[in-house]
Amino acid sequence: MSHAWLEKNSMLLLIGIIIVIAIGGAVEIAPLFWVGGTVEKVAGMRPYTPLELEGRNIYVREGCYVCHSQQIRTLRDEVERYGHYSLAAESMYDHPFQWGSERTGPDLARVGGKYSDDWHRAHMADPRAVVPESIMPPYKFLFETPLDYRDVKKLLVANQDVGVPYSADQVAHAKEDLEAQADPNAEDVSDFKKRYAKAQVRDFDGDPDHITEGDALIAYLQMLGTLVDFKSYQADAPGHRR
Amino acid sequence: MQVKTAAAPAPTRFDHWLVPAVIFLGLMLSLIEAARSPDPRMVAQAWIFGTSLAAMAAWYMWRYVGRTPQDETQHYADAVVKAGVGASMFWGVGGMLVGVIIALQLSFPSLFYFPDLAWTNFGRMRPLHTSAVIFAFGGNVLIATSFYVVQRTCRARLWGGSLSWFVFWGYNIFIVLAGTGYLLGVSQSREYAEPEWYADIWLTIVWVCYLLTFLGTLWKRKEPHIYVANWFYLAFIVTIAVLHLVNNMAVPVSWLETKSYSLFSGVQDALTQWWYGHNAVGFFLTAGFLGIMYYFIPKRAERPVYSYRLSILHFWSLIFIYIWAGPHHLLYTALPEWAQTLGMTFSIMLWMPSWGGMINGMMTLSGAWDKLRTDPVLRMMVVSVAFYGMATFEGPAMSVKAVNALSHYTNWTIGHVHSGALGWVAYISFGAIYCLVPWLWKKKLYSNALVEWHFWLSTLGIVLYITSMWVAGIMQGLMWRAYNEFGFLEYAFSEVVQAQHPYYIIRALGGMLFLAGTLVMVFNLWKTIRSGAPVTAAQPAQALAAGAAE
Repeated sequence: MSHAWLEKNSMLLLIGIIIVIAIGGAVEIAPLFWVGGTVEKVAGMRPYTPLELEGRNIYVREGCYVCHSQQIRTLRDEVERYGHYSLAAESMYDHPFQWGSERTGPDLARVGGKYSDDWHRAHMADPRAVVPESIMPPYKFLFETPLDYRDVKKLLVANQDVGVPYSADQVAHAKEDLEAQADPNAEDVSDFKKRYAKAQVRDFDGDPDHITEGDALIAYLQMLGTLVDFKSYQADAPGHRR
Repeated sequence: MQVKTAAAPAPTRFDHWLVPAVIFLGLMLSLIEAARSPDPRMVAQAWIFGTSLAAMAAWYMWRYVGRTPQDETQHYADAVVKAGVGASMFWGVGGMLVGVIIALQLSFPSLFYFPDLAWTNFGRMRPLHTSAVIFAFGGNVLIATSFYVVQRTCRARLWGGSLSWFVFWGYNIFIVLAGTGYLLGVSQSREYAEPEWYADIWLTIVWVCYLLTFLGTLWKRKEPHIYVANWFYLAFIVTIAVLHLVNNMAVPVSWLETKSYSLFSGVQDALTQWWYGHNAVGFFLTAGFLGIMYYFIPKRAERPVYSYRLSILHFWSLIFIYIWAGPHHLLYTALPEWAQTLGMTFSIMLWMPSWGGMINGMMTLSGAWDKLRTDPVLRMMVVSVAFYGMATFEGPAMSVKAVNALSHYTNWTIGHVHSGALGWVAYISFGAIYCLVPWLWKKKLYSNALVEWHFWLSTLGIVLYITSMWVAGIMQGLMWRAYNEFGFLEYAFSEVVQAQHPYYIIRALGGMLFLAGTLVMVFNLWKTIRSGAPVTAAQPAQALAAGAAE
């Protein structure tokens, strides 16, 4: 066939372009949605608690992903610096993913539990007061801004819509759960803890009277990378080798 | 050439009701959002959108009510191209200025961060920079040049009457909505696709009109062949549409809230995003600008395109292979190994079509190399093609897994991006605009000496930028993986940050030089339009459409 055909007919050219660009996407991306083993099955993963989800929204809003990755590669030095390499399952409830592309600051995939709440609070309010070499922006305002969680139930519902398995119970109690997690004096948090395994309950921002954006963000950071139990995870199991 | 067509009574001016209808609908929706939304960010965005639409409506009425604009009596629709050139330079300066500011933030954090101004933080300013230079500057350059080129190479006026004006206004309103959104804290956190769902829907409408305007003009063409530059523009427009639609699939929390959640998650989402991200480079920043190369270099050098066969070969292989290269952003991650390997393999293969394009552009100067001595505009465009060759060699090298293990997450990536963005994209754009302004305004360029100044200032800026980022990036990668004699990691993360400091300063300096060069250009263009000597001769020789279609 002569190329003149395409050059003389704009619709043929258009269709040709669409076919040619569709092939790569179809072969490379589409299979990830049904090929078994793309996301390994691991114990421990659960959807975010309402407070963690609000914290994650702040992480997204402030553009933290611009400087911080959340993806530990399968390289010796990274595993030694940050912990076990990231599993696909660990971001299975992340809409959207937060793997990042730069490490202007360190990886945060397993930052949960590495520093105290106090450290996070002081560091975010004035990064250079804690780490003199830091070039991170200050986030003092997070601790002065009350968390706007009027629509927290809707956040869970929207997540359900995109496939996160929140139960009806979790959606119904979204607001109470959020308040319970940030309240050191909450009377009965056993229901909340039943709904969200391994959830950490305390006042995160040092100000027990108010639920601030700082509470939510620290709650999110403190759970990052803590859900999968790597003592029982077998990296060499056939289903896990890809 | 400048044939005057009579302003025929046109019964089929669908644009005269379509454009006002879209504006009206948009205004109504923004008023509803502003009145009903409980989300203060949405209210602010609705007011910004509504005000922009009102401005556009006022302009549209001024232009069309009760009169036929003078521009519509001309053979070619050039007023919209002029507007695009103006917008390009405006956003170019703005985007580069934000780039300099955030480079200074990383160099002197104590001076350039303001604890009480959340919107000045790096996390919100960085998407503003990338979107302003890529989509605002680059996008306006692409829209303006494609409108110019498609008319000349088809010998037909833009299709759709004022639809091209809607594309211009609509696109720039999208830019304003996106940019103000980032500062307010509205972001999807998808790199280079940060705007939220409502801005994405608006862009989709604008983009469909862009595609229709472009295709419609092709249908009206008086040349039998579609010129090679238009193949690239068409591939750019249609592929960006596909990428935009798939990558931005999301469910809003409610129709009255800015926040949405992406349809995909985790691994699948990561590959979808980098399929988009890499092809925003491949089709927005490469195919589109190759369209510019294929028109403006032959035109300026007054030589036909070097090889017609190479154009065909490199066009189809480039668009076929580019699409596969996304996974090289995800090497050694939780993405399945087979996809990583596939992505790396195609990234290496991509070197060939890229260099095919470079050779075709460069060798177009055969027989006209002497012009590089006397014509700084042509020199700028040829240097841009050289940078294209360099960046498209570096890219495949960095996508080799062993190299990527070192380079990923470091400033080397930033350096690589900027050798392409400053060296290739900005330079070919500058070259095209230096051609366009005298052609459109029919004035002689005010000063060639100032073009020389621009060229050398910005070239020095690029050199400082990319060399500092190479050194910084490789150093970063090596320090992260360094072990001491006891087998422990040698450096704390903060020590690596500290080591970057001098290179961040050099980078900021490079950015400032580049910005200074752009300001010189703005001055030069301004003087050209205001007081340049008029050119009496008509447009330069007719389009070289026949050059490619041998």
